[in-house]
Amino acid sequence: MQKMKLVVVGNGMAGMRTVEELLKIAPDIYDITVFGDEPYPNYNRIMLSPVLANEQTIDDIILNSREWYAENNIKLYTNARINKIDRKNRVVYAEDGASAEYDRLLIATGSKPFMLPIPGADLQGVLGYRDIKDTNDMIAAAKKYKHAVVIGGGLLGLEAANGLKIQGMDVTVVHKNNWLLERQLDKTAGRMLQKNLEAKGLKFLLNKNTEQLIGKNGRVSAVRFTDGVEVAADLVVMAVGIRPNYALAESAGIYCNKGIVVNDTMQTYDPRIYAVGECVAHRGISYGLVAPLFEMAKVCATHLANFGIGQYKGSVTSTKLKVTGIDLFSAGDFSSGEGAPDDGREEIVLHDAVGGVYKKLVIKNDKIIGGVLFGDTADGAWYFQMLRDGKSIHEIRDHLMFGQDSLGNTGHAGQDKAAAMTDEMEVCGCNGVCKGTIVKAIKEKGLFTIDDVKKQTKAASSCGSCTGLVEQILASTLGGGYAPPSTSKAVCGCTEMNHEEVREEIRKHKYLTIPDAMKGMQWRTPNGCATCRPALNYYLISTWPHEAKDDPQSRFINERVHANIQKDGTYSVVPRMYGGVTSPDQLRKIADVADKYKVPMVKVTGGQRIDLLGVKKEDLTNMWADLDMPSGYAYGKSIRTVKTCVGSEFCRFGTQNSTQMGIDLEKAFDHMWAPHKVKFAVSGCPRNCAESGIKDVGIIGVDSGWEIYVGGNGGIKTEVAQFLCKVKTAEEVMEYSGAFIQIYREEARYLDRTVHWIERVGLDYVKKRVVEDHEGRKAAYERLLYALQGATNPWLDRVQKRDEYKEYQTITI
Amino acid sequence: MSWKKVCPLNEVPKLGARVVRTGTGDIGVFRTEDDRVFAINNSCPHKGGPLTQGIVYGNKVACPLHQWKISLETGKAEEPDVGEVACYPIKVEGGVVYIELK
Repeated sequence: MQKMKLVVVGNGMAGMRTVEELLKIAPDIYDITVFGDEPYPNYNRIMLSPVLANEQTIDDIILNSREWYAENNIKLYTNARINKIDRKNRVVYAEDGASAEYDRLLIATGSKPFMLPIPGADLQGVLGYRDIKDTNDMIAAAKKYKHAVVIGGGLLGLEAANGLKIQGMDVTVVHKNNWLLERQLDKTAGRMLQKNLEAKGLKFLLNKNTEQLIGKNGRVSAVRFTDGVEVAADLVVMAVGIRPNYALAESAGIYCNKGIVVNDTMQTYDPRIYAVGECVAHRGISYGLVAPLFEMAKVCATHLANFGIGQYKGSVTSTKLKVTGIDLFSAGDFSSGEGAPDDGREEIVLHDAVGGVYKKLVIKNDKIIGGVLFGDTADGAWYFQMLRDGKSIHEIRDHLMFGQDSLGNTGHAGQDKAAAMTDEMEVCGCNGVCKGTIVKAIKEKGLFTIDDVKKQTKAASSCGSCTGLVEQILASTLGGGYAPPSTSKAVCGCTEMNHEEVREEIRKHKYLTIPDAMKGMQWRTPNGCATCRPALNYYLISTWPHEAKDDPQSRFINERVHANIQKDGTYSVVPRMYGGVTSPDQLRKIADVADKYKVPMVKVTGGQRIDLLGVKKEDLTNMWADLDMPSGYAYGKSIRTVKTCVGSEFCRFGTQNSTQMGIDLEKAFDHMWAPHKVKFAVSGCPRNCAESGIKDVGIIGVDSGWEIYVGGNGGIKTEVAQFLCKVKTAEEVMEYSGAFIQIYREEARYLDRTVHWIERVGLDYVKKRVVEDHEGRKAAYERLLYALQGATNPWLDRVQKRDEYKEYQTITI
Repeated sequence: MSWKKVCPLNEVPKLGARVVRTGTGDIGVFRTEDDRVFAINNSCPHKGGPLTQGIVYGNKVACPLHQWKISLETGKAEEPDVGEVACYPIKVEGGVVYIELK
């Protein structure tokens, strides 16, 4: 079959990102031709400022080399400006006479710097700041001339000014407003920024309107303002804004209104023609930052690939200034006080003028709608995430201003400020990745998302505790290019659907097998991947207990063989000891088994039981038979242990029989699968020797009954459990904690611990469901008991049906 | 060089694998959803993880230790990881899997 022809006009970041996304999902349906009017292949425009500041070279910022185009069979024309689109015959023509026919056309012509229409704007030495040529011209001018004036105190202007200063020029920034970056900062932060930049040697003229540029021998020599003041200038950079570049589209009769008008699928009024990037007007808005362009690219690619899924609904953007040594972040609508809309918005401000820290959050209806951070931007990504997700801050309002403390507290020596780290310092303690390696990968490989960084560098890809640090590094390296992932993202690359949507579909259509579910939900891959299959399997069996079929091939090895794989491919065996209570008989048996199978290490676990490490897979079944004890599920996304203290039976302080309570809980919830591991603890008095404060469900006996705490975690990041309720009897402990766990099982995303789930839905919601809704609680508890009905010890099952479980046998030839 | 019998095809689970012990080390025999079979060394190029214990999808397996993705067809690791394991000729005849060893 003949391939369709796709022509791309514009060889920049938006156009090429769309092509990359397209190649990922449909590599074979088009012959692709790309026209670009610059002499270079696609490069990373947002890294021009570091080039000007001598931190990067042009070669470093090339995103797609010419080899890449060749490898993907893309015909690339550089130095080729398209000046005509013949829509009737579907041909585009370049100025140099080249032409190409298309079945589909993608316009990504970007934007142009806005040049003030004032006398002298056409003199030599007057530039915009947009591309490699402008950058090279500035570097060349800096070698010959002394005085530079940058008109415009916005992001681009300040980055240009900073770069020119580093190139050795005497730089004055002219701005028509009262303070710098008035679109990103309020007055206070704008003033702090100015002070900081002045300390770096930049000069500022505020409240100034430029009247004309004065020339000498054809080259600019001075700038004159409307108030009559003049300053010397051998180089003038106009950075007063950008304008979508849509002249070509307009001349072809495509409907434009301050940009090429597109719908939510990035299609123009000509159905064969799509447009992405800074040249479009989507819902009346044109974007000049890179993050929205990439969102557009993703959507556009799915439509070019004929999948017909994905909608672009506009972006909320955030900014960071890429001037080394200055920490500044802003997002959303942060106007407050005088001049701001009177719509019930409130502000929270923290201002330390001497320490150089300023934080302002603007809140409306318990949600963050905007914010400005200066001097300490560590929590920028966190605030921005809540803003994008529209999360209620009601419950955390008291300490909102003090930040998330979101960074892991282990594995990177307590570092929590990426800017203060040197290149040699370790960010990811699991995979040994230093800050310098991450920054280098971001710049040279053109990474834009946390997922890109994880994939390329392995940082934050194991335990994830350094994710916050990596995000900060990403944000400060990319500036406006950084887009934090939305929390409701797709399960994996095999589908567009997020976890909640998948669960809902499984419930609605009553899918009982993975193939049926994948077919019904139009999975893109024939049998998923190692990420989505375990999730789907869990969703099926937790939604339809006793009906859905558990698929062992979709389980991670540990759950498939009911033992925990070790680094050398051997396994560990942890038998259940309900409530951490054992007997001489059990201990003797364990000792005998350890002797018989020459177990290299016998270890007491943190969950009050015994771990036999280094067991060969072929020995597992025999060992289980000899042990004759139930599996402790120490390997699963399942109930693990119920840790207990000694309690009132022996302890002189004990108020309740915590040991018995623990044994009863562990027996009742035995064999329970969950979105992630579930740990319980029961303490017999508030001294809390069983550490109930860091468990998914922590119970503390008091004289008058039992207190129940939920959402604690003692692992990667220590999380203190929150008080759920107090009950009187042991039966109530069972019912309340069972109902809590069941709702978590039914509603959390796969691989969410209870703390993550509660963080998302809020403790109020959990209390409503578990504490206030009496009928609902009883019903949830019943559903859990039903799901667990008839569950058996998986080890015994494998001992009794050895022949059916070939998995444990090795074939020798 | 000779073809050696491994086991009946139905003793290798779909989207699964079996360990085959040979004089020169363990080989993994894999079976895809559409009943294609592959044989590669049972040792991940990363840290020697037993690939047979991983989750099989499409024509790949994800190593159980650190999730490197290895192509069953070429033995190569998926980018950005770099590495390769040896592949062996394998066939199914009359419902039985055979492997060719040097």
